[in-house]
Amino acid sequence: MDDLDRKIITATQSGLPLVKEPYQAIAQQLDIAPDLLKQRMRVMLEEGKIRRIGAVPNHYKLGYTANAMSVWNVPDEMIKELGQQLGALSFVSHCYERPRFLPEWPYNLFAMLHGKSKDEVAEKVQEVATLLGEHCAGYELLYSKQILKKTGLRLKELSPK
Amino acid sequence: MLTQLEKQLLNDYQQGMPLVSEPYSEIAREINLKGFSVTEQEIIECFSSLKERGMISRVGPVFQPKSVGGSTLAAIAVPTNRMDEVANIVSSFSQVNHNYEREHQFNLWFVVTASSQNEVEQVLKEIEQQTGLHVMNLPMEHDYHIDLGFPLWC
Repeated sequence: MDDLDRKIITATQSGLPLVKEPYQAIAQQLDIAPDLLKQRMRVMLEEGKIRRIGAVPNHYKLGYTANAMSVWNVPDEMIKELGQQLGALSFVSHCYERPRFLPEWPYNLFAMLHGKSKDEVAEKVQEVATLLGEHCAGYELLYSKQILKKTGLRLKELSPK
Repeated sequence: MLTQLEKQLLNDYQQGMPLVSEPYSEIAREINLKGFSVTEQEIIECFSSLKERGMISRVGPVFQPKSVGGSTLAAIAVPTNRMDEVANIVSSFSQVNHNYEREHQFNLWFVVTASSQNEVEQVLKEIEQQTGLHVMNLPMEHDYHIDLGFPLWC
């Protein structure tokens, strides 16, 4: 990642301006050509540094008030295969492998589940449990009680060298 | 509470917003192929209104956190009577971009994103010092999800 990519991230991470030519506006701010900006963003998109470009919904406000972080204990040697299966489910918005923290935290696979009610989320949990079957040595659901802070990614401006 | 147009935009444009000079004009063209009759200006106003009402947080690129420095998910088992105080300390760090209270013994969960892994660890250390509580650090080791946005009405 070079300085220009960083500047582009800093300038766009809190959203594109809702104007006729948003890329032109950002390019002007960065003092670069609009085509260069779009080209850099296209490359970052292809490389996966940008996951997607579009509207970022607030699930809560849209009525998906129940979300649970589901955490699963699966065998290390199978985590890749199982993780890919979970990650492909439509109601899973994030699916990550993370380290265990023994003894209090035996879970190595995290999947964020969303629904309009706890009941709906509970059904999805059953679906995941069925999918994992005997490979699941245990799981827990962590319902969110309160959002205390939620902002987009904030990357600090690079200080001039 | 949401218009047909708003639902359609939310469904279709969580990803794939056109990387062209006039993306909202292109969106209007695409949407009109689906039986709508809207102008570029109406698309811009629609997104602006969704944003003002808090239905969306923004329109723009979503970055993969790992590619822009360091990030981690961390949790603290906070004694219930200290929740407000500890949550405020955690939220006060600009590097903390998500902070949730959850129903579990580990009841405070937050994401730290910074320009380097070092900075992430520094933040965790400072949180431990300021709260006197142990922080469980659970960095992502693999991402198994293909991010296509979130299906809302499909």
